Amino acid sequence: MNAHVKEETIWIDVGAVTDVPLRGARRVPTPRGAVAVFRTGDGRVFALKDACPHKGGPLSQGIVHGHAVACPLHNWSIDLATGEPLGADRGKGCSPTVPLRIEDGRILLGQV
Amino acid sequence: MTKERLVVIGNGMAGCRAVQEVLKRDPDRYEITIFGAEPRVNYDRIMLSPVLAGEKTFADIVINDEAWYRDNGIVLHAGAPVESIDRAERLVRAAGGLEAGYDRLILATGADPIRLPLPGADLAGVVTFRDLDDVEAMTAAAKPGAKVVVIGGGLLGIEAAYGLARRGMHATVVHLMDVLMERQLDASAGFLLTEALAERGVETVLGAQSEEIVGEGGQVTGLRLKDGRVLPCDLLVMSVGIRPNTGIARAARLEVNRGVVVDDALRTSDPAIFAVGECVEHRGQCYGLVAPIWEMCRTLAEALTGGAGAYEGSVLSTRLKVSGVDVFSAGEFAGGGDCEDIVFRDAGRGVYKRIVLREGKVAGAVLFGDAADGAWYFDLMRSGASVGDIRETLVFGQAATEGLRGLDPSAAVAAMADDAEVCGCNGVCKGTITSAIAGEGLATLEAVRAVTKASASCGSCTPLVEKILAAQLGDAFQVQAGPKPVCGCTHRGHGEVRKRILAEGLKSIPAVMQALEWTTPDGCATCRPALNYYLVCAWPGEYRDDKQSRFINERVHANIQKDGTYSVVPRMWGGVTSAAELRAIADVVEKFAIPTVKVTGGQRVDLLGVKKEDLPAVWADLNRAGMVSGHAYGKALRTVKTCVGSEWCRFGTQDSTGLGVRLEKVMWGAWTPAKLKLGVSGCPRNCAEATCKDIGVVCVDSGFEIHIGGAAGLEVKKTELLTKVASEDEAVWAICAIVQLYREDAWYLERIWKWMARVGLDAIRAEIEDPDRRRALYDRFAYAQRFARIDPWAERVAGRDAHEFNPLTRRMEFAPA
Repeated sequence: MNAHVKEETIWIDVGAVTDVPLRGARRVPTPRGAVAVFRTGDGRVFALKDACPHKGGPLSQGIVHGHAVACPLHNWSIDLATGEPLGADRGKGCSPTVPLRIEDGRILLGQV
Repeated sequence: MTKERLVVIGNGMAGCRAVQEVLKRDPDRYEITIFGAEPRVNYDRIMLSPVLAGEKTFADIVINDEAWYRDNGIVLHAGAPVESIDRAERLVRAAGGLEAGYDRLILATGADPIRLPLPGADLAGVVTFRDLDDVEAMTAAAKPGAKVVVIGGGLLGIEAAYGLARRGMHATVVHLMDVLMERQLDASAGFLLTEALAERGVETVLGAQSEEIVGEGGQVTGLRLKDGRVLPCDLLVMSVGIRPNTGIARAARLEVNRGVVVDDALRTSDPAIFAVGECVEHRGQCYGLVAPIWEMCRTLAEALTGGAGAYEGSVLSTRLKVSGVDVFSAGEFAGGGDCEDIVFRDAGRGVYKRIVLREGKVAGAVLFGDAADGAWYFDLMRSGASVGDIRETLVFGQAATEGLRGLDPSAAVAAMADDAEVCGCNGVCKGTITSAIAGEGLATLEAVRAVTKASASCGSCTPLVEKILAAQLGDAFQVQAGPKPVCGCTHRGHGEVRKRILAEGLKSIPAVMQALEWTTPDGCATCRPALNYYLVCAWPGEYRDDKQSRFINERVHANIQKDGTYSVVPRMWGGVTSAAELRAIADVVEKFAIPTVKVTGGQRVDLLGVKKEDLPAVWADLNRAGMVSGHAYGKALRTVKTCVGSEWCRFGTQDSTGLGVRLEKVMWGAWTPAKLKLGVSGCPRNCAEATCKDIGVVCVDSGFEIHIGGAAGLEVKKTELLTKVASEDEAVWAICAIVQLYREDAWYLERIWKWMARVGLDAIRAEIEDPDRRRALYDRFAYAQRFARIDPWAERVAGRDAHEFNPLTRRMEFAPA
């Protein structure tokens, strides 16, 4: 997942994996706009820019299902792994993914 | 090798579709530039009627958004009308000095609506119905109670009138002929259509010639007819047809009659220039419907990519997009000496079908009230197959006919070509659907809709999509005869799910998903909230609410707004408030710099624009003044609207305010399948508008009339009288019993009026009027309320789910980029 991340990535600890509820999300404000950190039913953690490609809806506030989240504004389903909309909205933009790794139960977000 | 340059004039349905078809065949052949006069991306013009009716939004009807142009390397000049074509230089010039050279040029300039040259046609409030600007002009004028006159009883005129009636206007269609849609319908179907429109609040004036548009102060006030009648109106829509837009072609000296003349390869009189769509005249014919345009685009794309298709003209069929009015028409219906008619009428169901035969073949069909077989008749007509041997059953439709002949009705679907178009609205052909079914393992209509958009717009191709599913999946596809599946994660309907939760003692979402064999690991945003509700309702006091299966509004007890802020509505029992409460609200507004304060339709105060992280503090202050959450965000009891009743009003017969307060206090906090709003009016003057609420009480001298099934949202419905009781106590008991029955029986998101339409008013009345069953319902409601009447704000203020409101903090600041 991190193949594109260059060596000089700065990793920032934003909290414990357990701070994010299962099938839920937390919001991380950053100077470049908020990041949404998701934890899925099977325990995986993902991070996306906290804006739906449709109307900028805060994805961190949506319902997490499978490896996707439903935007709270107009119910677009966004793939957490790629940030791409699913179903009929496929191909209509993307919420950029944010580099992420887990170390000792902590969530580290990357900045290149 | 440099690419050839393809320039398209026109960013509408035809121009973009032509480009799509070209890209499908040879994505790398051309460098493509599109000029569009409208300053927006490509949208589905035929779906403007549902937008006008408020049934869809503009976002729903965009066909290709900006990403499509970008991803395909197409240069789009939107809002840049082309002014001339220099054929010698092969150059197109647009407004603002923009130029583009071409090797191949496509004209897709469409058509303009015809404006009748009536006196007064230039008054403000006189519009046509053609593009999104027209829709916006009309919706802006669509004040409830205002009047609109539509000149023209064709397809579009009727859809415009219906759409505006849906928006609360008094709509009248004025038509020159004696039959609506006379080019598509015979007199019988036209009559049924007139009646169906009247039921939907659209009046019809037939055989009426318009003479003058009258106005006052530059604004339209009415339409004068030749016979002297004046029809007053605040808005006048002209919908009398379209005229091919040929100005540029004419100026470039291409051959033009009524439209731009093209040959069977869609080529104009200049071999480098092609034309498609409504601006075209082919074999003497101009078209204004979508199907022929799609056919033209396919042929044109063949021609542009080295193929050799030929367009031979289209046979037309029409469907009307007016909710609940099923109309289909194709081919000839005028009849005459060499024709035979087969007619079927069912007055009870309001069905009329007429099949016109000539020389033993279908020459035309008019269907009203049941148009499901339209596509089948249309295929028979286009194929020119002899129908002599199925004559007796023909009018009963495909299933009956083929069933009786021992044929498999799916054979016809299986035989359909992959490039045959199934969904005209979204331009989806059979191959796209079958490969999506196979490639993505789709098994339900909903899933096909979600992935391909087929049948996701007007829905008239739904039966065909279901047949394709059935043909491909065989028994694995369960046709939705009867219950509709909860969502794409299951084949099971709401009714079955609810029954099995109780019968099998299923007490958690994973338990339900396991027992009922859900096809996804943890459901989706549609089924999880439904299951959560069913469990809350089935096991009060026992089931632990699953927060992650609630929509954000219910999770944080506030309404999310378009900018990501929230709105907060404190409860005001029965709409009554006090100086202390108002003061507390005013203080909160100042303290948190809340930008907007607004009174809601349910007599509560709405605080709009609250930041999420401020929510707990706002609630804490409101709680301190004794106010609790109004549940204005929830599928729950929201408000009980009241008038002042006998306490103040000289007409009031009972204490309607007191009853409203009591009902709200008994019922608040109750989760329901959909939002629930009540009203109590103190007399039949109905100042609380109780007869358009989910449950309404109208107080009369002799007691309390209890009404149910009203609505004033997407649908506007008047309530039906359910029962009448003599005392206030009985009214409260009966209403709680009704609510419990609704909670236990309705499907998630099903408003009371929809539930009532499904199960029948009589069935509900039978439950409520039986004293034992009413008592049992009331007891179950009262039991559930022991666990429901907890103020969610106070809980959150006390720290529950605090993580929901606090963002995660970073241990380190991001370094500057």
